Amino acid sequence: MAFKEALQEGKFVITTEVGPLKGTDTREIEEVAHLLRGKVDGVNVTDQQSAVMRLGSLATCHLLIEKGLDPIFQMTCRDRNRIALQSDLLNAHVLGVKNVLAITGDFPTLGDHPDAKAVYDLDSVQLVWTINRMNEGYDLAGNQLQGKTDFFVGAVVTPITDTEAAFELQLIKMEKKVEAGARFFQTQAVYDVDAFARFVRRAEGFGVPILAGIIPLKSVGMARYMNKNVAGVFVPEHLIEEMSRAEEKAKKGLEIAAQLIKDLRDICQGVHIMAIGWEKKVPEILEMAGLA
Amino acid sequence: MVRSEQKPWEEILASLDGEKKVFVLGCDGCANASQSGGWPQVLAMKELLEKAGKEVTGCTVIDFLCQKALVASRLRPLEEKVMEADSLLVLTCGIGVQSVAAMVMKPVHPGCNTISLGHTRGEWQGEERCMECGDCLLDYTGGICPLTACTKGLLNGPCGGASNGKCELAKEKDCGWEKIYQRLKELGRLDRLRRFIPPKDYNKMRPKVEILSTSLWALEQKG
Repeated sequence: MAFKEALQEGKFVITTEVGPLKGTDTREIEEVAHLLRGKVDGVNVTDQQSAVMRLGSLATCHLLIEKGLDPIFQMTCRDRNRIALQSDLLNAHVLGVKNVLAITGDFPTLGDHPDAKAVYDLDSVQLVWTINRMNEGYDLAGNQLQGKTDFFVGAVVTPITDTEAAFELQLIKMEKKVEAGARFFQTQAVYDVDAFARFVRRAEGFGVPILAGIIPLKSVGMARYMNKNVAGVFVPEHLIEEMSRAEEKAKKGLEIAAQLIKDLRDICQGVHIMAIGWEKKVPEILEMAGLA
Repeated sequence: MVRSEQKPWEEILASLDGEKKVFVLGCDGCANASQSGGWPQVLAMKELLEKAGKEVTGCTVIDFLCQKALVASRLRPLEEKVMEADSLLVLTCGIGVQSVAAMVMKPVHPGCNTISLGHTRGEWQGEERCMECGDCLLDYTGGICPLTACTKGLLNGPCGGASNGKCELAKEKDCGWEKIYQRLKELGRLDRLRRFIPPKDYNKMRPKVEILSTSLWALEQKG
């Protein structure tokens, strides 16, 4: 079943993501695609993740479609102005892509081409709005399209923050995205189910499905690194302790991820697993979570 | 010189929606020279506002609004009239509007669009505050410019990359959107943030040809 239909039928939806490599070698992605087929509802393809130049999201989405998966085309506002964004949306439609996820995008200085010019001609709310205009048959300048798009549009939200201002701003921006036409949300990684539940209570009124982000922990160092360096990711100390006590760290990390998924089942409409190099372990996590 | 031009009257009036009492402030520097915020424009604005049913609690022109100390000292004798107003309508460049916002705990409405800074930052040195975008948004953002205060220049809220209120790019820099949030919260105007800001007309950021040619030698050539 396709991603959109799965969400609309009220199924607990599972998405995951793949990050294309730097270069033309697509074997890894093809292997992952083979393993994920039939096990997840949608697969996000990141767009020059962390501002590191690599194979593009659109070509990879097309490749996944050929492998029988339903890709979610991630689009950042960092690298393209409104002309290029709209053109790529037309390209995506023609190539059979059904879902788009609009995001701001990390600043170029965080990536491997720090000297690049940042674009941000549109912001993520405006991109959602633009996609919906194209779904209605018009471009941003108001010109009629010869054949309109039909995208299922999503956006992202950070559900757990370190300041009150950041939390309220996330909710305000989320509501604006809903009003601009976002029909599903994927979140930053969640490790604290209670804190996530507090966010969901505030966001419930928007009436859009929320897929909680899951990043399996690989090591204590990774948890500490994310706490220190990744905005919106907070791994509680008790989980870090569990990891440090475990003999098999990798197995423990998968267990924690599976437990989180179980705990989130009654709180939101699905999960989005960002495996970061562990894509091939996603089926195992799902099995452990009782979702296989 | 900082070139500015008045916003369309309809936009100014709409920005004052729900407010009864207004204090009008102009600038005797560049805004006067631009004929967008000197005494003649301030008095004309006062008249327009009164015709539209607003009460103008007072008005004045200061040289220069981009000088924060001057703003404070010149407004002090008029404090009662300023604080009686629901908000201030400021006819000057983006730097001056932000300077007033930083000195007065009242909503501040920009009455002008800044179209060229002419390579100056006014008398508020040290930080870039105005990008002469030609379509001032300070009305929605509590007098703090999202184009300059947010590293990515996002118009509809933060990117989510901030940690403890600091920008993802420069840990020593405050997240512009968190500053905007705090300011609007203090003013009781958080509803301002719910408004969708459509894609910006970046063509307005390009200085007009006639401005580019107003260097001294161009004037001399004409003569």
